[in-house]
Formats: sequence, structure tokens, C-alpha cells
Amino acid sequence: MRTRGRLGDRLLHAYTWLIIIWLSSPIAVMILFGFNDKQSKSNTTWQGFTLRWYAELFDVSDLTVALRNSLVIALVSTVITVVIGTMLGLALGRHRFRGSGATNFLVFAAISTPELVMGASLLSLFVSGNVPRDANTIIIAHVLFSLSFVVVTVRARVVGLDPSLEEAARDLGATAWGTFRQVTLPSIMPGVLAGAMLSFALSIDDYVVTSFVNGSTVTFPLWIVGAVKTGIPPQVNVMGTLIFGIGVLIAVANAVAARRRA
Amino acid sequence: MTGLSAIELEDVVKEYLSHGEVVQAVKGVTLDIAEGEFFSLLGPSGCGKTTTMRMVAGFEQPTKGLVRLHGQDVTNVPPNKRDINMVFQSYALFPHMSVWDNVAFGLKQKKTPADEIRRRVGEMLEIVDLTGREKRRPREMSGGQQQRVALARALVNRPRALLLDEPLGALDLKLRQAMQIELKRIQREVGITFVYVTHDQSEALTMSDRIAVMNDGLVEQLAGPREIYERPASAFVAGFIGTSNLLTGTAAGGVLKVGGGRVLVPGHDGEVTVTVRPEKITIGTEEPAPERSGVRGTVAEVVYLGTYNSYAVNLADGADGADGTVITVFQQNAHDATATAERGDSVWLSWQTQHSYVIGSS
Repeated sequence: MRTRGRLGDRLLHAYTWLIIIWLSSPIAVMILFGFNDKQSKSNTTWQGFTLRWYAELFDVSDLTVALRNSLVIALVSTVITVVIGTMLGLALGRHRFRGSGATNFLVFAAISTPELVMGASLLSLFVSGNVPRDANTIIIAHVLFSLSFVVVTVRARVVGLDPSLEEAARDLGATAWGTFRQVTLPSIMPGVLAGAMLSFALSIDDYVVTSFVNGSTVTFPLWIVGAVKTGIPPQVNVMGTLIFGIGVLIAVANAVAARRRA
Repeated sequence: MTGLSAIELEDVVKEYLSHGEVVQAVKGVTLDIAEGEFFSLLGPSGCGKTTTMRMVAGFEQPTKGLVRLHGQDVTNVPPNKRDINMVFQSYALFPHMSVWDNVAFGLKQKKTPADEIRRRVGEMLEIVDLTGREKRRPREMSGGQQQRVALARALVNRPRALLLDEPLGALDLKLRQAMQIELKRIQREVGITFVYVTHDQSEALTMSDRIAVMNDGLVEQLAGPREIYERPASAFVAGFIGTSNLLTGTAAGGVLKVGGGRVLVPGHDGEVTVTVRPEKITIGTEEPAPERSGVRGTVAEVVYLGTYNSYAVNLADGADGADGTVITVFQQNAHDATATAERGDSVWLSWQTQHSYVIGSS
């Protein structure tokens, strides 16, 4: 019994490590080849260590433009999504009103709709409405598919919020706006921030929907896919590494903050 | 008490729409709460006491009727413009703020100068004995401490009246009893009208100047604690406040015949309901003197409760000699007391006529 248990433990251990390696190896390869001193066109074989690509990070000018487009689009769409999504989440979490059931359904439907379907239908909508495709249509599309995630995270927070907190603020003389600013918003902030991070992450690496509505605007993922045939420059690895690093930093900061709060 | 009205409710009705049906939570309540009074709204859950309080606070709008604070009609005034504060059942302390910021919240809304905020918050924390804990977050404190923060947060605004919604409900018995005395002390110290909502009758009896006993959206009785206990206005009040024995029957010539005995109800004839408190009853084997009320029965249960024994006595008043009314009797465990009756004993229960209280024909 005891030895079998020990064997089982060891198997579980090994299995866990396999999964971790399997999940993180693409990231490791990406980071590693950002340091590859490659001579040929392709960046697939290790040829020695260099920091050159970090120094020449912005030397591929249209890649730099694509990254800047992606960052601006992600930032703008996140701000819009968070504002609308927070209001929607508050309304759905707090009140039952005519159409709240339908709205809840739509929120879920937007999450479960395949991106391909969403991209294609948005394109036909823009074409039939004679809307020129550019960064604005990309932002509209990104708000559309990330909105539901903000609504869901904020709504969960609102449902768990003691309604007497807001009544207490009113009772102590706060106006409706004062109550929202000083009590409601700080209480639902973790949900709002989680929604914002999700929304930013979804936007910055979206390829499918963006490829339908981009017109002539090129984003970071679109540029990479386009460069596959001619060979992806190591700068892409470096940018990917930096984006990943920032993500890790935010996650760690969040964990530390959560521990301090507990 | 100065005799001035702090809070007046005039025939206040509150209706809700629930599953397409109109439900009356409050069915016409009229109250006049005096300045400086400790006033309790007492009743079982669902009796309308919390709804009544929420209408005073301004969280609910009455369907009909008027709410006045110090003579001013505030029926349509929002809660942030009413000069009263509330202590919530859940305390509703702001979890993201320190104790200090919680208490200072109301003063900040009124744009009170910073040095005055500092002085008043400091004073108030001293009154509730929380000096030195200003930087704590609410969740780092015990239930009793959170309770005192909630109290300080409301009182620091010097409201004309303080509303308390079952504020001691979440505390354990010892702490609750300590806080009852503490609340009463603070009320005397600040001299503010307290309106206290509770379902705990002993809490209401301990602290209140006056109590409104509510049932099913109406006030059943409005009186001081002693009168509510000694002279309940209805069978509901008698049953809700403490333990009470109810005897029902037809009286003739001021005497109600029950269980092989009689209850003296001078001046009453016809259908009557009489209440007797368990601690007023003496248990014995001899037939009592004729000026006392006395009934016969069999001891069905004896429960030892430390400071007193509780007896359940079956009266022989059922049809065909079956068991009838059960009377509860409390007998103090005095230093020389031995158990005066055991299970199965045939006994006489007797009490003075003044302790029979007729609550009217039922």
C-alpha cells in the first residue's frame, strides 16, 4: 500500500513537470531565439549568443509601426471597454430590469461566438454600411469581443457586494456620485482591473477578428503572420519577450498585493 | 426627555409588488418618538419593523403617510439630506478604508474643516474605546470592535437621531449583554434619540424607554417595558414577550372555572383570555386561600435551569378528562428550596388576583 502510494506520488510528480515543460517550452524557445546570433535568413537554428536584437529592437520600421498600432489599439479599446463594461456589470449585478435577461444572454453569446464568425459578420456589416476599415474599425471590433469579459468580472464583484455599504455612504451624507466614487468603485476595483487586463491581453494578440476589419492598418500579430514566409526577424522574439515579461510582472504584483490585502 | 417630537410617523403604509401581487409590509403605523428617547421597534422577522426604520432613514418611500423629523416633513427627502444616521445590521463598514477614514467619512462629505474632523473623530474613538486602533482595517477587528466603529461612524456626525438595525445580532451572548449596557451609557452621554430595531425581547426590555411591539405590519402595543411585560395588550404581545400562560374560557360573576379550580377576574363576564406570567405562580399541594386564583393539574415535566426550576403542569380541563392546557411555572432556587413537586405529582397552582391580566374577549 505504502510503496504503491509512493510510486503514485512519483508518477504524479513526473506528470506535473511534463505538463509544465510542455506549456512553457514555446515561451522558452521564443525568449532564447531573441538572443540568437543568426546569420542566415531564418531564425530556427542556434548560432550563438548576442544582445544585438535588443539594441536594434526598432530597426525593422514597419514592425515598429505595427507594434505601436497594436499598443494604441489595445489601450484605447481597453479604456472604452472598461467604462462601458463596468456600467453594464453594475446594472446587471444590481438590478433586474426589462431586458436584463436578454442582455445577460447577449453577454454570454458574445463570449461563445467563434471569432471567425464575429470577424466575418463585422466585415459584412462595415462593408454594407460603407464604413472605411482602419484602426477605428479594429478598435470597435476589439471593444465588442472583450466587453463581455469585463461585464462578467465586474458583475461577479457587484453580486458579492453588500448593498448596505452604499446605503451607509448615502446615510452619511454622500451624494449618488460621491457614493460611487468613494465606496462602489473601490469595492469593485479588483473586478474592474481583472477585466481591464483581460481586455488588453485579448486585444494585443488578436489575429482572427482583426484580419477581417483592419483595412490597410497592420497590427503586431498581423505583421508576424505576414512575415512567416520571408522569415521572422529576431526583433519579434524580443518584443514578444518584453510583452511576456510585462505580463509576468503585473501577475506577480497582483499576487503580492493580494497577499498584503489578505 | 424634553417632550419634543424627534420622529413622527403618520399613518405610514408601505406596499411592495412581489410576483405581481401587492404585499403590505407596513399597514398603517403612527408613532411619535420623543427627543432623547430610547425607543425600540420589537417584533418577529417580517413584522415590518425594519421597513418602518428604513422609511425613517429614507431608503424606502412610504406608499402612503408622512414621515416628519423634528416637525419637518421629510417624506420625499433623500437619505443624504436627512439629519439622522443609521447603524446597520451588517455594520456596513467600508472594507477598503481604515477605522479612522470610516469614522471621518460623514464629516468629509459635509466638507468639515480638517482640524475639526481630526478633533471630533479622535473624541468619538475615545468614547467607543478604540483609541490606538485608527489605522486598522475593519476586517482585522473583532465583531464587538466593528460594532463600535459603526456606532462611532454614525455618532460623530452628531445626528438628531440614531437608527440601529439589530446591531447586536451578530455578537455572542456575553458581548451582547456588555454592549447593551454600553449602548445605554453612550445614549445617556450623547443625549441623542435612539431608535432600536430588534426581535430580541430581553434586549428591548433592558434598554428601552418605550417599546412598540409590531406584528404583521401593525403596532400591537406601544408602552414602557414594564407595562408591556405586565399588561400585554394582546395574546400576541403576551406570547412574544417572555413566557406567558394563556387561559381561555367563559367567566361568570367574575370567576373563570378552569381545571378543577378558578381564576378570579373581577368585573369580567363572558368569553375572556387571561394571561399569567410563570414566575408569579406558586406551586403547592394545598388548596389555596379563596382570595387567590387556583387551578389543579399534574406535573408533566420538571426542568432544572440553575437559578430556577421550570415546571410544565397539565391542567385537567380537557374534554372527557383528557390533558388540557399546559401551564409553565418558574420557581426560584432559593438557598433553602428543595424540589416541591416531582413528575406525576398532583398539584395546586395559585397566584394573586392582580397577576391575572385579562387581554379581552378572544
